[in-house]
Amino acid sequence: MQRRDIKDHIRESRNFSHRSAAALVLVVILVSVILGRLVYLQVANYEHYTTQAQNNRVKIIPVAPTRGLIYDRNGVILAQNQTSFTLEIIPEKVDDLEVMLAELRSIISVSDADIERFYRDMKRQRRFDSVPLRYWLTDDEVAKFSVVRYRFSGVTIKARLVRHYTYGQLTTHVLGYVARINEKEQKQVDESNYSATNYIGKTGVEKYYETQLHGQVGYEKIEANVQGRVLRILERTVPVAGDSLNLTLDIDLQIVASQALNKYRGAVVAIKPETGEILAFVSMPSYDPNQYTVGFGHAAYKALLESPDRPLFNRALRGRYPPGSTVKPFVGLAGLQFKEARQEVYCPGWFSLEGDDHRYRDWKQTGHDMTSLKKAIVESCDVYFYDLALRLGIDRISPFMKQFGFGLLTEVDISGELSGLMPSRQWKRAERYRIWFPGETLITGIGQGFMLSTPLQLASSTAALANNGIQMKPHIVASTSVAGRMAPIVKPPELLHKVTNLNESNMSYIISAMRSVVHSSTGSARKISHNLTYDIAGKTGTSQVFGIKQDEVYVKEEIAERLRDHALFIAFAPIEHPKIAIAVVVENGGSGGDVAAPIARQVMDAYLKKQ
Amino acid sequence: MANMNYESHSYWSGSASKRWFMTRLHLDWPLTVGLVLLSIVGLFILYSASGQDMASIERQGIRLGLAFAVMIAVAQINPYQIQRWAPWIFGLGVILLIAVLIFGVIGKGAQRWLDFGFFRFQPSELMKIAVPMMVAWYVADRPLPPKSKRAFGALLLILVPTFLISRQPDLGTSLLIASAGLWVLFLSGIRKRVIGGAILLALAFAPALWMTMHDYQRSRVLMFLNPQNDPLGAGYHIIQSKIAIGSGGIYGKGWLNGSQSQLEFLPERSTDFIFAVFSEEFGLLGIFLLLMLYLFIIVRGLYIATQAQTSFNRLLAGSLILTFFVYIFVNIGMVTGLLPVVGVPLPLVSYGGTSMVTLMAAFGVLMSIHTHRRLLVR
Repeated sequence: MQRRDIKDHIRESRNFSHRSAAALVLVVILVSVILGRLVYLQVANYEHYTTQAQNNRVKIIPVAPTRGLIYDRNGVILAQNQTSFTLEIIPEKVDDLEVMLAELRSIISVSDADIERFYRDMKRQRRFDSVPLRYWLTDDEVAKFSVVRYRFSGVTIKARLVRHYTYGQLTTHVLGYVARINEKEQKQVDESNYSATNYIGKTGVEKYYETQLHGQVGYEKIEANVQGRVLRILERTVPVAGDSLNLTLDIDLQIVASQALNKYRGAVVAIKPETGEILAFVSMPSYDPNQYTVGFGHAAYKALLESPDRPLFNRALRGRYPPGSTVKPFVGLAGLQFKEARQEVYCPGWFSLEGDDHRYRDWKQTGHDMTSLKKAIVESCDVYFYDLALRLGIDRISPFMKQFGFGLLTEVDISGELSGLMPSRQWKRAERYRIWFPGETLITGIGQGFMLSTPLQLASSTAALANNGIQMKPHIVASTSVAGRMAPIVKPPELLHKVTNLNESNMSYIISAMRSVVHSSTGSARKISHNLTYDIAGKTGTSQVFGIKQDEVYVKEEIAERLRDHALFIAFAPIEHPKIAIAVVVENGGSGGDVAAPIARQVMDAYLKKQ
Repeated sequence: MANMNYESHSYWSGSASKRWFMTRLHLDWPLTVGLVLLSIVGLFILYSASGQDMASIERQGIRLGLAFAVMIAVAQINPYQIQRWAPWIFGLGVILLIAVLIFGVIGKGAQRWLDFGFFRFQPSELMKIAVPMMVAWYVADRPLPPKSKRAFGALLLILVPTFLISRQPDLGTSLLIASAGLWVLFLSGIRKRVIGGAILLALAFAPALWMTMHDYQRSRVLMFLNPQNDPLGAGYHIIQSKIAIGSGGIYGKGWLNGSQSQLEFLPERSTDFIFAVFSEEFGLLGIFLLLMLYLFIIVRGLYIATQAQTSFNRLLAGSLILTFFVYIFVNIGMVTGLLPVVGVPLPLVSYGGTSMVTLMAAFGVLMSIHTHRRLLVR
């Protein structure tokens, strides 16, 4: 025991040398392992990691093209892109969003609606995308924030181009508006071309001409660091701005029409008969489209959506109303063309079919006495047209009216058009699974029953009447200006329908009757004839919203406002060489002659005075 | 930089005729040359990794100066004194470690520091030298190789501080301390059977270790097993590091030209992941030279150990230099994705002070052992 406790220095030293050698061998082995690993990474997988490093370093950033501008027929700008300083936040880079927002609000005014919208947008976007909090910062606010921006990481001020509609709600239902691209649209558009685009045309001209207005995306190949900060631009492909559109719309006329219609719900559409150019296109009430680009607050949008006046509804384009007596000139023309119009018909104030007790009323309870076609148009006698419709039959009325565009799309270059309805025997069998009844022919003759028209179609049909039965396709875009080209590309007028074998004397008979609607002492629109310096051919219409029972009397004042008749008026002027055709629909306006005709007169006055 | 060169010249003069100067300073000149060279290389990489920040270089230069001063100071101490102090230093270290767990300052989520008001002290750093000193003192007290009872006693001396440090928590340092103690045992000639048994025991204890790990430590281990699981979270370090190294290729992208490091894709690029910066910019060729420089230092250290005249000195010197290698291996292993991420710096290259001072103190011990040899013989 004692002996073993004595240290053997030589043995210990030798032992140590052995173990050191072993350790050295281990060290060399492990160094070789490291080298082996490095050869694996740097030689065997060099390409792979080089590609990844390159992907880290170089990013391709799409650059959104500038959206094309929209001008009216006189070169007044209607839609443009304004620089807006927006306060934007990259949520990923903010530690505590709520604390930061609270602090931010002490410096720059941010409304609750802004905050609400911000959170909503944030959910839609990726964590590292910049989400706008406030639009339209003033220079003052920009300066204020710049001073303290170091305190807010992830918050930046960006200059963005924001679509701005000069005339706001006056042009909403024509131009439409742009708003954030939604998921559905994202799938439809060309993904690469829209890679930098946030907004897309949602309705109206903005949607119809989306492709032209949008332009071609550009690219920047950049070197960025890990935070995404751009260090230098390696390569740049400049985006191509969208085409600018020159509309046929006359903004002054649009304003006049809007003001004339202001207190009503309804639509005014004015068209140049020769070419189909749309001069005014108004649907009331309207709303401010600029809110879409900025983003609605929840409450504001809800109010719009739930308003009983339905401001979002484009009445001119999609409103389907019974055309009422405004069809009489067309049906009358059919009667003349088919030689079925009788010289005179006795009107006792009602009409009934043989073997049927049902009385089809005239609007005038006491009747019109002996009535010619002209008188029937001037005073809007229903009984004459019941008789005429019955003689013509639906099988002749329907195709004839379609030649004027009734029941058909006008194919206007504004997105979202609905067609009216021109019933026929075939239509009823196919859609309603019923046979056609003669009584339905009668009420079709006065534009009631199944028949429906949109204000746009009605205006276009009126234009056709003014243009010798030649219906030009109504259009809103006159020409497009392509970036880098001097002369705009003009869109030639297109023919939509042409009435066949139209007899000229029949035409002038109807037009003279329509003239008397305004200019004669018995005309239903005689109220607008004072101080007229030109001749108007017009026709009033009053279409039923609410069915009146057999023995009831329609008393306007007693019927709730929403159940009152729609007031309609179609017209064109001047008669010798028509420059403007117009259709006015006033929802629950009551009488066409009292309410709708004066609106039309104001628009025509304004337009013809300019000529 | 110029400043550094000037300083290093004052320590080391290349000409052999001036070796007496080095001897008088108790410095081993090949080791000094190796360390100075390494420091210079380190400063160059740091300049690149820090985004060409001269202030970082200055701070690191001052730290290096301080660390070399500590090395020189320690080199003056007679190894005999070191041996005598070993149990006291160790005892003090354990007390301080306990104090850290009770009073320590929390920084970066771990409790590693003792705040003395005017300066902060990290007792775990002291233990990096105290543990091998103590274990060497303990086993060298009796004839070598140690009997099993001694060996297990030594194991206990290793496990207590290792455990205390792992609770701070500091996986990297506890690993280094355990390895320093274990190297002593290995060098002491402990039987191969015992080594094998210990390895088996360690494997058996692995699940227990897993249970005591903190969440972040577990996630690191899991992430090491599959970094692609969470490419933007925990796995990000390793993925970006591998991209940096791999894209360096054989020749590297050139100094200051590494896109991964210059564009800040590589996290912790000045500290634990600085090797990735080096690999990206200098390639496999540069790495080979760097590893040769490290190997040169290690071989010289092992040579010093074998030349030492007492078992304590041999064991201590051998353990310190092999622990130096463990630093390198664990760091590079981690950066290249061979090992899980544990916070071990690349010696003399990574930015940061505390561990560098300890490291240079260890080299001071090595030099002391080597330069006091003859005195001992006489």
